[in-house]
This record gives sequence, structure tokens and C-alpha cells, in this order.
Amino acid sequence: MLERIPSIRKAPDEEYYVPGHRTCAGCGPALAYRLTAKAAGPNTIFIGPTGCMYVANTSYGCGPWRVPWIHAQITNGGAVASGIEAAFKVLARKKKYQGEIPHVIVFAGDGGAVDIGLQALSGMLYRGHDVLFICYDNESYANTGIQTSPTTPYGAWTTFTPAGPAVPEGKKLFPKDNPKVVAHGHPELKYLATASIGWPVDLMNKVRKGLNAEGPAYLHIQAPCPKGWQFPPNKTIEMAKLAVQTGMFQLYEYENGEYKLSVKMEERKPVAEYLKLQKRFAHLQPEHIEKLQAFVDARCAEVGITVPAVASAR
Amino acid sequence: MREYINGNEAVARAVRLARVDVVAAYPITPQSPVVEEIAAQIASGELDAEYIRVESEHAALAACYGAAVTGMRVFTATSSQGLAYMFEMLHYVSGSRVPVVMAVANRGLAAPWTIWADHQDSIVCRDTGWIQLYVETAQEALDTCLQAYRIAEHPEVLTPVMVCLDGYVLSHTEEVVEIPAQEAVDTFLPPYKPQRVVEPERPLVFGVGAGPDLYPAFKQAQQEAMDRAREVICRVDEEFYRIFGRRHGGLVDPYRCRDAEIVLVTLGATTGTAREVADRLRQEGIKVGVLRLRALRPFPAEEVRRALAGCRVVAVLDRNCSFGYEGAVCTEVKAALLGLKEPPAVVGFILGLGGQDIRQADIEDIFRRCLAAGSGAVHQVAAAQSR
Repeated sequence: MLERIPSIRKAPDEEYYVPGHRTCAGCGPALAYRLTAKAAGPNTIFIGPTGCMYVANTSYGCGPWRVPWIHAQITNGGAVASGIEAAFKVLARKKKYQGEIPHVIVFAGDGGAVDIGLQALSGMLYRGHDVLFICYDNESYANTGIQTSPTTPYGAWTTFTPAGPAVPEGKKLFPKDNPKVVAHGHPELKYLATASIGWPVDLMNKVRKGLNAEGPAYLHIQAPCPKGWQFPPNKTIEMAKLAVQTGMFQLYEYENGEYKLSVKMEERKPVAEYLKLQKRFAHLQPEHIEKLQAFVDARCAEVGITVPAVASAR
Repeated sequence: MREYINGNEAVARAVRLARVDVVAAYPITPQSPVVEEIAAQIASGELDAEYIRVESEHAALAACYGAAVTGMRVFTATSSQGLAYMFEMLHYVSGSRVPVVMAVANRGLAAPWTIWADHQDSIVCRDTGWIQLYVETAQEALDTCLQAYRIAEHPEVLTPVMVCLDGYVLSHTEEVVEIPAQEAVDTFLPPYKPQRVVEPERPLVFGVGAGPDLYPAFKQAQQEAMDRAREVICRVDEEFYRIFGRRHGGLVDPYRCRDAEIVLVTLGATTGTAREVADRLRQEGIKVGVLRLRALRPFPAEEVRRALAGCRVVAVLDRNCSFGYEGAVCTEVKAALLGLKEPPAVVGFILGLGGQDIRQADIEDIFRRCLAAGSGAVHQVAAAQSR
């Protein structure tokens, strides 16, 4: 059992995601990786479907992992993990493996979890494999040059959803809510939560809860991307915090059919305060912002965030 | 022990005898009975393995890959659309050099929809870096699956193997099959000893990227492993013979080719029909022979050249079509004969697509057409015989 981490000072010193990668300055997913690896510890196997955290990490002969890491296709993180987990089951049953059975973690981007990789994720959860599937959500196909994914917010510019006179808002669709897709249709699922790199202790403890669960777990981590979202690289944590404080991203655990909120909020900031700091939203008109605010309000209500959005007094 | 079973059941017996650890598969006709049988063996306790009933063929091969890099002996089976759906993973598994063994119950590809036999599904995968062995009988399907693990796991080869059996004609047709004793199989096929596995005690990175400076070396290594596989396939077949008293020709299986004027090149189950026709024509004094290719990859160019060098006309029977050219096996046979001083004429016949029956009369027709062909003339019959 992995113990609860009470504070950032008491988090383990050991790092398992170390220098040796080529991620951008201020990379949110890289920080999510580091925190996840720290929480999981040395007895861990990572499966990395294609995405930023494959391409930027895995140069030949040089990588940032101190634990085993294996590439999966962007389609099939859940399936490769299933094979590895099944293998360790056989090894244990046939008494061919003496050590403690390792933690198996899939670390997939939003494409590999929510879009093309959803089928394998769902199959893995349905079958009950003892795997923690993590989606690091940077809200686009960032590795291929910032193309829209299903988690890209409404109104965001991407290279596949440019804004123009005919399509003034850029992305017209509202994002797919993968934690909800996962939560409500997989009877074997043992743990589900969302996390943010803005709340590192909470994130690490959710990783540990997911790993302690005997069976499949899903963790959806929002990880801001300075390049794709177009904000300065020293603002990554600020963006992560604002996403939660505006309700654009909601932090919770889902256990026994109930949402348990992870952060106490007295009030929410309006989404406009989040949008104005990211150039991907620079083209939005007031009516678009209003539409997005209404969507966020409804989504917050669904998980039990009832405090209203109130503009900061300045 | 002898049993009256079909090709699918024979494959499933081999999986049990090979003591496979992890099976991942998705249902598709005409392969499904293989996995049904394996599931029953696991349910009854005859086979101690994890069976992952995955959500797609792509996932089947992905799960096999994951288990294989963890050091397990793995198995999957598929056909047709399922094999096509695996296409991406076929390359990934061979490029990663993990010894997966897969049975393919050959079936045509849609459209139009068909569930019946031809070789199009596996032929189009001949450039995916898998060893491809085509079997003629249910007995050979069982024996070849056992041999396939020896070949795939050989440290000088480490290349996945596809064991191809004609859908229905082999997969669903019963014949008497000798089931080898477990102890004998254990001697022939000891447990898989992987060189590198995924385990936290020795952290390794699997599936790295390789730039233009490194990528070609990996591909060169695959090609060299295929070259070495030629000898390994033959050696394993011989070793199998010493233990079990049966062999299947290694790379090629020639029949009455030595003094033949005309030789028909075949794959798979049609060969038996062709041999009967050859025997009958021989009684008429017409010198014909049959050359079955057991291995399509690695391609046995040397053996093909040796078997065909003396004949006047080579007929190639293709149950596939490389649209815009000809049957794929025909092209390969022609290439193998290049450079011979007096090369035989090569005539291609595309027959038996989508389960079209190949009758003795069809084969006799092929031989007689070739008999009429002038020496050195090459002509192409690019469509199925009209009936």
C-alpha cells in the first residue's frame, strides 16, 4: 500500500522522471509525469502511448525514466497495459516472479485517452485489469503541432480550428467529458478522479489511491501547455490554478456513485479571467464567452460546484 | 493419440501443448473456433493461461505485444478483416522483435463481403516483417504452430510467425490428427527464455524512436534475422521429425518435380488436389510436378530456383491478386528464376478467390494449357477461369 502524502515537504525526495527529456519550457505534462512517477515509486511500469510524452521523452539512447517504460500506439495504451498486467498475473500464479507485483500505469495524452485511444481504455476498464490509466490533458494534439482534440475547449484556436470570418469562434464544439464517459459505464472501475498540476499533493495522493485500488482506475490530469495555449512558460501553474478556480476544470473524486470535490471554493472566477491570459482565445467575442460561461456553469453544477461565478473586485 | 479434428481444433491443441501463457483474441469467422477451444481448455483447467477477450484485433495484438515483452509465450488468431485491422501492430510487433505466434484462418477481404477462403488477407501482409508459413493439412497446422514457437523464439531470429491455414477447407474440415504427447512437446519446445523483459528490477525503455541515422540499422537487422530464419525453419522441421516422425518440407515441399516438364506452384490446402491431378497426368505420360511453398516469408528463392530450374513451364496458382499486376506469388516466383541460363516460362493463374472451389478439372486445365504453351513464352491469365 502506498501511504498518503500529507504535504509537499513530506513528499518523497526520490525522482523517477529525471532530466533527459526535451519538453518545452513550462511543460505541464512533464510536471504531471514527474509528480506521478514520484508518487508511484520504483516498483512501477509506465506505458506511454504516442503523444508529446513519447516524442519529447524518448530520443534513442537517452530518456528520463528510472523505471521501465514501454511505448504503445496512440490507439492502444489500454490494450498493451492489459497484456502486461495479465503477464504478471500468470507470473505470480505460476510462481515465476518473486517480487511484489509492479504498478502498471498508462500515461496517455488526451488523444490517446479520449479520442483514438478511448476504445482500448474502455476495453481495459471493462475487463477489470489492475491498471491506473492516466490522461494528461493538454487539450490538443500538441506533439503534432496543436490540432484540436475532443478536450479542446469551445472557442479555442488550434491549427485545425482557426478562427475566421466564417467561423468566428474557432472551435465550435464543446469538449468531451471523459471522466464522465468512463465513470458511468464500467462496472469494474475501482477509482476515478480528476487532478491538476496546480494541486501537486492532491495529484500525488490521487495517483496513490488509484494504484492502491485493486482493479482499474482512471485519473484525468489537466496539464496546461504554454505552446498550444499560447501563454508565457512561467505561467503554467497559474493557468492550472485558474482553470480550477473558474470551473473550466473541476477537481473531484468519484467514488460509490458520488462526486467528492477536492478543493473548497467560496466563489468561482468568471471564465473570462482565464481566457484573457491565453492567446488561443484572443479572437472570442462577448457572445462566445457568454456561451462558454453558461456551459461551465452547467458542468460545475453537475459535479456539485454550486458557488456562482463572481468577477474579482479590482 | 489420434483424434478426428479440424484445423482450428488442431491449432488449439498446439496452443495447449506449447503451454502458452497469454492468449488475446477477438472473434471472427472462420478463426473463432480456435479461441473457443482455447477458452474451453482454460475453463477446464487443461491450460493454465490468461485469456484476454479484447475489444478488437488491434488490441489483441497489442495485448500480445505487452505480454510478450513481459516474457510470456503468447498466442492470437484472426482472419481477413481482423488481420487487416491489425496491420499497424503487425509492423510494431515485428519491428520490436517479439516472438508472437498467430494463426490466420485465411479468408478473402471485403468488398464484396465474403467469409470464404482465399489468401488475400495474409498475402497483403507479406511485407510486415512476419515469417509466414502456409500449411496443407490440420496435422501440419498443429505441428507448424509448435514449430513456430521454436522459430520465433530462436535468439538468432526473434521474429513473429504467422501460421496460415485455408479458411473452411482446413479450419473447418475434420481429418485424423496425431496429437503429440505433452512430454515429447516439452522436450521439443522448452519454456521461452527471453533476453530482455519489462521488469522494475532492470529498468529498460522499450519502443524508442530512431532517427534517420539509426532507423535503417534496425531494418537491416530484421532483414538479416529473416535470412537466418530460412535455415532455422529447416532445422526445426528436421528436429521435429526426429522426435515426432513427421516433417513438412521446411521451406518448400516439392512433389515429382525432379524430371517434370511442367510444375505447378501452390500454397496451402489446394496442394493435395494438385498432387492427385499430377499423379493422374503422370499415368498418361505427361511429366508434371507440384511445388508447394511452405514459407512465403522468408521467401525460399534458392529452393524455388533449384526445384524449377529443369522444367519447361512453371504455372503459379494464386489465391490472391495484386491488383494492377498479377498474383503475388507469381511475381515472386518469376523474380526467383531471374538469371537462370534457360529459364522456364512462367504462367500465372488466379483462382479460388472468395472461396471459389478449385476442382481437379481446374488444375488439369492449368497443366494442359501450360503443355500447349510454347517454350520460353510467358503469358498471363489474370482472371479466374470461367465456368
